[in-house]
Amino acid sequence: MIRINCPFCGERDHSEFAYGGDASVQYPALDASVEEWHDAVFMRENIRGNQFETWHHVNGCRMWLVVERDTVTHQIHSVKAAHDGIARVIEERQP
Amino acid sequence: MTRYSAWSVFKNGLSGQNNWGRAWRDPEPAKKYDIVIVGAGLHGLATAYYLAKNHGLKNIAVLEKGWLGGGNAGRNTTIVRSNYMMPVNRQFYEHSLKLWENLSHELNFNVMFSQRAHISLLHSPAARDAAARRYNIMRLTGTDAELWDLATLQQEVPHLNYHNARFPITGAAVQRRAGTARHDAVAWGYARAADQLGVDIIQNCEVTAVRREHGRIIALHTSRGEIEATKIGFAVAGNSSRLWQMAGMEKLPIESHKLQAFVSEPLKPLLDQVVVFGVGGAHFYISQSDKGGMVFGGDLDWYKSYAQRGNLPIVQDTCEAAISILPCLGRVRLLRHWAGIMDMSMDGSPFICKTPIENLYLNAGWNYGGFKASPASGWYFADLIANDRPHPTIENFSLQRFEQGINIDERGAGPDPKLHG
Ligand SMILES: Cc1cc2nc3c(=O)[nH]c(=O)nc-3n(C[C@H](O)[C@H](O)[C@H](O)COP(=O)(O)OP(=O)(O)OC[C@H]3O[C@@H](n4cnc5c(N)ncnc54)[C@H](O)[C@@H]3O)c2cc1C
Ligand SMILES: [Zn+2]
Repeated sequence: MIRINCPFCGERDHSEFAYGGDASVQYPALDASVEEWHDAVFMRENIRGNQFETWHHVNGCRMWLVVERDTVTHQIHSVKAAHDGIARVIEERQP
Repeated sequence: MTRYSAWSVFKNGLSGQNNWGRAWRDPEPAKKYDIVIVGAGLHGLATAYYLAKNHGLKNIAVLEKGWLGGGNAGRNTTIVRSNYMMPVNRQFYEHSLKLWENLSHELNFNVMFSQRAHISLLHSPAARDAAARRYNIMRLTGTDAELWDLATLQQEVPHLNYHNARFPITGAAVQRRAGTARHDAVAWGYARAADQLGVDIIQNCEVTAVRREHGRIIALHTSRGEIEATKIGFAVAGNSSRLWQMAGMEKLPIESHKLQAFVSEPLKPLLDQVVVFGVGGAHFYISQSDKGGMVFGGDLDWYKSYAQRGNLPIVQDTCEAAISILPCLGRVRLLRHWAGIMDMSMDGSPFICKTPIENLYLNAGWNYGGFKASPASGWYFADLIANDRPHPTIENFSLQRFEQGINIDERGAGPDPKLHG
């Protein structure tokens, strides 16, 4: 079982979460070219090793998280809120 | 090499089974080949076989980092069927099923292909309507398809949960010509037959880098030295992105995910069909092997992974599904479970295509369904490599299909690889 340390709820089994996908994918502007949209929607680096990815704590606080995980060993290196503003507030609060 | 026959079995029986020859050679890699296929899974081996057999080509090698058939070839639940609805898939998988029907004779190797009804359970009038539409479309291309009412189903498979299932069973959509086979035997059969036609199968030979000059691939660096090649085909299921990046390219419409499979202790004959259950978030398929083990599986592990080992929540989900439709399995013990890494593509359909590199060909993106596909995949991939153009049947198994808007999304699940079963 992978255990994810949710910044809001603490460490939980991954079965409480839903996997999103590659967190490095940025959607372009709505009027960007078809090529840019094609690449964002369909093309993946499919990293073997450390990857930043989104997880939804769907059976918990329902927050989206960005998890840094090794896709071979499943070891988790970091977890933060996906929303930049919230992630910053949490970081500032830490002693 | 001996041709297997009733006579050879008899003769070797008399001499204590001590005089069987090798099934295939174990050659040293040559310095250069006309065609190098990377990956000795079913697709790579079948490709090499049809290159030699259908196109009369020589000087071919298959490179395998481990042992042949040690990847998904030896890890799947061996379900073969052709009940697809999208035009390309229908022709492709029906062609594959026809090849399966004669494969043991073709390869002179018993792949234990056992045709048996593939029974998708239905649980609601809406599901029945959808199945009727799908199956009528299949029949238009000459694929066999039937709808069973509850009485027929009860007669054919008496021990399903007809009494208190959470999702009451109301009938089934059935393909009778579907079946199962012995997966290892398929890998061995293709390997032996390819070897007899002169193909070098080189095991323990991992491709670690790709040497390119002027837009062409010149050679592959491997754990057994550098091997030059005129044409190269990648058939490395689950590792396609890695090889792609070794060849100097960036992204593919693929993510690697793992799928688990399960086998129970051997039982007396219980189920001579393949039963599929998929409703309300469940996904489950089961058959019984010739050894008596119940072979079954469910969904993939829901997060991207290159680890060939599964996680517990799926074990639980799959076993729950098993008990909910086959309560008689309640006390049966699980013998083994394992996982394999598959290329999950953005629309659930594969790639058999040319690439931006002129002498590189790609065979990838097989999702959960690549076992049944292997004969036709090898057939058309060989045809592509030999003739340097895609056969019309597989024209849309290309990397360009997404930008052209011709996604082949059988499930209608959208561009999220993990959703395509
Ligand atoms: C648990 C499970 C159940 C499945 N059930 C079914 C089913 O019921 N029906 C069905 O139709 N399909 C099923 N599939 C899918 C099917 O098994 C695969 O789609 C198919 O086997 C993939 O093609 P392959 O046999 O060529 O792959 P593989 O056997 O994985 O072959 C790829 C080979 O490439 C080699 N390789 C990788 N990298 C390198 C390198 N750098 N250098 C050299 N060699 C390399 C690997 O070692 C491997 O042997 C299932 C898959 C899994 C995992
Ligand atoms: Zn949480």
